[in-house]
Amino acid sequence: MEDIGKEETGNFALEIKKLKVSFGTKVVLKDINLLLKKGENLVVLGKSGSGKSVLIKCLVGLIEPDEGEIVIQGSDTARMKERDLETLRKKIGFLFQSAALYDSMTVRENLEFPLEGTEARTEEETETLVMEALQNVGLPDTAGKMPSELSGGMRKRIGLARTLILKPEIMLYDEPTTGLDPITSREISKLILEMQTKNKTSSIIITHDMECARITGNRILIIKDGVFSAEGTFEELKKSEDPWVHSFFE
Amino acid sequence: MKTGEIAQTTTRDDLAEEGPSFMKKVKSFFIEMALLSAFMWKFFKELFKRPFEFNEIARQCYIIGCRTLPLVGITGFIMGLVLTIQSRPTLAEFGAESWLPAMVAVSIIREIGPVITALICAGKVGSGIGAELASMKVTEQIDAMQVSGRRPFKYLAVTRMIATTLMVPLLVVFSDTISLLGSFFGCNLKGDISVHLFFSQVFEKLDFMDIMPAFIKTIFFGFGIGLIACYKGFNSDKGTEGVGRSANSAVVIGSLLVFLIDMIAVQLTSLFS
Repeated sequence: MEDIGKEETGNFALEIKKLKVSFGTKVVLKDINLLLKKGENLVVLGKSGSGKSVLIKCLVGLIEPDEGEIVIQGSDTARMKERDLETLRKKIGFLFQSAALYDSMTVRENLEFPLEGTEARTEEETETLVMEALQNVGLPDTAGKMPSELSGGMRKRIGLARTLILKPEIMLYDEPTTGLDPITSREISKLILEMQTKNKTSSIIITHDMECARITGNRILIIKDGVFSAEGTFEELKKSEDPWVHSFFE
Repeated sequence: MKTGEIAQTTTRDDLAEEGPSFMKKVKSFFIEMALLSAFMWKFFKELFKRPFEFNEIARQCYIIGCRTLPLVGITGFIMGLVLTIQSRPTLAEFGAESWLPAMVAVSIIREIGPVITALICAGKVGSGIGAELASMKVTEQIDAMQVSGRRPFKYLAVTRMIATTLMVPLLVVFSDTISLLGSFFGCNLKGDISVHLFFSQVFEKLDFMDIMPAFIKTIFFGFGIGLIACYKGFNSDKGTEGVGRSANSAVVIGSLLVFLIDMIAVQLTSLFS
């Protein structure tokens, strides 16, 4: 059980060692070990409330773990200074479950926002980057719209465009297809895969949408009681005789 | 210990399990004070750090200042008018009707104008900021800013607190001016006084110690309103109920703080004068 999530060290984008997170007396993550290989799409499955979102929030410093290490590019993020963490965060993209678009800003301003404070760009260069990001997600005509004018699927796409505009090396997706119809879910899943191939990012995808897991995942980890209880490809896990693992595929 | 809201939730949950209700409330009050002080300290730390977010400060000044002008103007006019109409009979009883402009001016500029305007701002601006930040917190927009490498505290809280600190004093000056116009109008309802005579009488009785302390305290009113609104917004509970609660407590605590600052300012002013 301890070796689940671990791979041979070397060519990896991210490493988690013995991560433990608790809220008050409730221990959410007990002993999480994980290696994310460069260019890999890793899917984390688990029941609601099993700590999947907590896991990826720890990776970007939104939640501070009790114990353990999160090593990204040779540095332990759990013990990083805020300023260093800010620099590192620019290399990590995070797509929230709700897309978390800024309500008071237009789509264009939403996409420009992460670019401010990075390298100096002319207005034309910024505009090119914004339009390119919108083209990538298939919504080039939405730049002037407010988030309230967009559908759920469009909001997710814009959220993805905003996340990818900084060209992150690691992408974290928090239930990217939740609340969407099957057709839009499939489109988003394919878009995630397409963006990963195009930008050569390493991704962790938190989901309980099996179709999304099938389309996007190179490897799947299943979390149970605060630890990873199963690991494999979609096909391998589908054939698993463990009733808990099998229940995800029914 | 977790960061931000989680740390506070845990602390409050822990408190719920301990001790009798009164002690729990006292403890909770002191914890809240400590967190508010830490929030204020963070503001001063971030204030002088780059980026300075001038565009956002200007935008917030516009939202807080310009959009509150009509409300402050109307209430200011009515305040001056009503105060004049209400004071006239009493002064007339003592044959001191000619003191009306000066008396109303001193009342408005020293006390009523700053306090009423600050209370209006605590209601309109405080609830607006509290609700906006709380809904951003609930919908993970603040987290999204943080993970994109920007500083949400600097961009959202520092800019709004600077804007309220700058705009509330200006709104008070505007409100006082309109109040004096209202008073002039009130004087002319049952009398006949020229603009020149009215304002001569007003400025004859106003001195430095009437205007400056009153102006200085409005800076603190503005800062207090911004501080409470941003603190409540940033520390909102999850869910729509949390948004409502943040907006509500931003108004209630902001208004109380205005009175508290006013009381301290009056004591200090009387010491120095």
